[in-house]
Amino acid sequence: MATPTIFDEPTRTDDGGGRPPGLSIRELGRWAWRQLTSMRTALLLLLLLALGSVPGSVVPQSNIASNEVARWKEQHLGLAPIYDKLGLFSVYDSPWFSAIYLLLMVSLVGCIVPRTFVYWRSLRAKPPAAPRNLGRLPAYVAVESDEAPDVLLERATTALRGRRYRVVPPVETTASTSVSAERGRLREAGNLLFHISVIVVLVGFAWGQLLGYKGGTIVMVGNGFSNSVTQYDDFSAGSLLDPQNLPPLNLKVNDFHVRFLKSGPHRGQPVDFGADITYTPQPGAQRRPYQLAVNHPLVLNGVSVYLVGHGYAPIFTVKDGRGQVAYKGPVTFLPQDPSFASFGVLKVPDARPDQLGFEGMFFPTYAFTMKTGPFSVFPDAHNPVVSLLAYRGDLGMDTGAPQSVYDLDTSHMTKFKKADGRDFRIDLSPGHQVRLPDGAGTVRFDGWQRWVKLQVSNSPGKGIALAGVALALVGLMGSLFIRRRRAWVRVTRRDGRSYVEVAGLDRSGNTEGLLEEVQGLAAGVVPGHVVDTGSRPASGGSATEEER
Amino acid sequence: MSTADFAAFSDRAVMFAGIVYALAVLAHVVEWASSLARPVPHQEPASQQQGAAGGVAVIQGPPEDADSRRELRIETAGRIGVALTVVATALLAAGVVTRSLGTNPWRVPWGNMYEFSLVGSLGVSLIYLALLRRMQLRWMGLFVTSFVLVVLMLANLTLQQAAGPLVPALHSYWLVIHVGAAITASGAFAVGALTSVVFLIKDRGPRTGAGGRLLAMFPPTDVLDRLAYRLHAVGFPIWTFAALIAGPIWADYAWGSYWNWDPKEVWAFITWVVYAAYLHARATAGWRGRTAAYLALLGFATLLFNFVGINFFFGAGSMHSYAGH
Repeated sequence: MATPTIFDEPTRTDDGGGRPPGLSIRELGRWAWRQLTSMRTALLLLLLLALGSVPGSVVPQSNIASNEVARWKEQHLGLAPIYDKLGLFSVYDSPWFSAIYLLLMVSLVGCIVPRTFVYWRSLRAKPPAAPRNLGRLPAYVAVESDEAPDVLLERATTALRGRRYRVVPPVETTASTSVSAERGRLREAGNLLFHISVIVVLVGFAWGQLLGYKGGTIVMVGNGFSNSVTQYDDFSAGSLLDPQNLPPLNLKVNDFHVRFLKSGPHRGQPVDFGADITYTPQPGAQRRPYQLAVNHPLVLNGVSVYLVGHGYAPIFTVKDGRGQVAYKGPVTFLPQDPSFASFGVLKVPDARPDQLGFEGMFFPTYAFTMKTGPFSVFPDAHNPVVSLLAYRGDLGMDTGAPQSVYDLDTSHMTKFKKADGRDFRIDLSPGHQVRLPDGAGTVRFDGWQRWVKLQVSNSPGKGIALAGVALALVGLMGSLFIRRRRAWVRVTRRDGRSYVEVAGLDRSGNTEGLLEEVQGLAAGVVPGHVVDTGSRPASGGSATEEER
Repeated sequence: MSTADFAAFSDRAVMFAGIVYALAVLAHVVEWASSLARPVPHQEPASQQQGAAGGVAVIQGPPEDADSRRELRIETAGRIGVALTVVATALLAAGVVTRSLGTNPWRVPWGNMYEFSLVGSLGVSLIYLALLRRMQLRWMGLFVTSFVLVVLMLANLTLQQAAGPLVPALHSYWLVIHVGAAITASGAFAVGALTSVVFLIKDRGPRTGAGGRLLAMFPPTDVLDRLAYRLHAVGFPIWTFAALIAGPIWADYAWGSYWNWDPKEVWAFITWVVYAAYLHARATAGWRGRTAAYLALLGFATLLFNFVGINFFFGAGSMHSYAGH
């Protein structure tokens, strides 16, 4: 059996144990188990896990960016169904990904359990007696002395204990007396702790996946939010969570402030932003104020609220062909770049005789060159302008098919044109309005306000996961840096003199300092001069040890 | 000095550091060229026996006049190379420190890729200099200085951006902890990868001729293998802390979920898994040695891809995109 080295596992066979035996199901099962728990399989599974994680970072994932998944599918009509079949839009809960990590878990358990027993037995075993020929060990020192063996051995025991060795009382044979000692047994404990902790982390993670939830919502400044599924723009929950029973929370976004750098090479970069909110943690409780900011979430029992973004909502008044107000209010525009040039869609289903639709951009600080067209030079609203294209016809909202509020379906609409046939483009600053061609109505840009994007989430089990990963780190350090060593001191009486031999063996693949340690021990036993260091070069020792 | 002065000083210090690193590369090239001119017979067995002695400048045999002059030249060139590296590292450190003072308010100097590259190179240099004597790393001088020089040049050409305050998402002391640990681990992995490359070349390389003489300048393969292992063994727990403890804690704090399958997280996890595989492989018959070394290089490749690839190709899709431009 291999001597345990850094990550070596005595109960793991390196090749899984040869060919499958005959027909017996029991034997076959045993063979399969040995295959699965072999180190080679574990390594292959680890590499498969790494490989399997790659597609999820390249292909958009539906539980993270569902909009992007939809866009991707539109752009790759041929590939999308194949990708869908392969689960590439939700890699991390696809059957094949689950298969990899479940197999890895089984393999891990299959390694930890027998290994724990081996370790338990070894804890109660004594360090082995001194080998017959100490000179063959990787580090070896021989010293002569005039003192009596028991004095020398007494001193050896003290020296070994001083170096935190566990020492077995001297064993006497006809020719000599020797002590054996061992240290660093925590190395294997650290190793086991690390592997067990990995399982703890996964349990905590799975717990959170099953019982946690995460939702995003855009709230206009001045409006409120209450924690129920219908209030979310996007919502994903674990399969064991009852989404009708979210913890109660009410909040109102009173104000939002943002500062941008006004000069220098990073002009326009946000300095800080935050929202003044008031919230009621329970129904009937008193409202409390809170400053919500990035890296400063509102954390309550069972629910946490994060400020993850902000943007502009231009306010419009649309009158239809009959002169009636068909729409009045803010419309959420989504920022497209750091200058906060934002895209949005205004749908007016109540307009008559035709429904009206608008899509276009909001520029917080408008600028224009012939080369670039309209753009925003600064993210703050110093010179806000909206630039829209207008459509009339059927918005398609009555078909029952769900529609995105950021997407205008123009398949049953016609674009307004100017008399010369070019697009009728509406460019407005606040307080201005424009009349649509053919008396179809008017659009007025009343002003703008801001919205904030809030993320509300709860991930139970994160304490377990954190504890697990912290323990894993402790175990890892133990398994990597604790040196497991054995040492022997033998005193042979010959011609009225004592011959002291000290030898050391490293069992953790790191022979650095082993010879120095053995020399130090020898100096501790016989504070005299060293007669013979019959040691091989330190580099050779480790190889021999590992190849055993 | 005003913040703008500090920022300008930083740019200049980094530029001079680059120049001095280039001179150090030159010195090490001279050292190597002179070593190659050494007559063959002394070389191979000498450095094999020497064990841990780095072997570049070990004088062997009866020193004849020409020989001793050559050895002196090799030794001098090597020493000059190391001295220049020390100066360059000091300049780079000054550049990094003033970079951090060059913003108002002052902050940690790792708010974007340019700064990350500077601090990463500084880390690699410091690890090399710190271990130089204890681990006999003189043979590594040429590689380390060239590596740092290339990184600094690339950073200057493609990543350079003027000093400025942090974006709000980075206003957290976790930036210090999370990114600081990631840089430290990356530095250890970089030096480890360098060692693994040399291990692989030496392991299969020619024993005779010019190639053999070249390879004889490196320590024996088992020394290289052990050094690579130790660097990775130090890097791995730090990486575990950076990517799987500090990262998730901050993510939970800032984004509302400790693990978001963000591309950068995914690749940090991939790196972790590959290095875990390396540590296991090193203790498995049939995998230790060359296969393990290849795994270490694969791990470093995933690390580099995470740094460069994710920021440039998937920047829009990653919540870590502020790390780029």
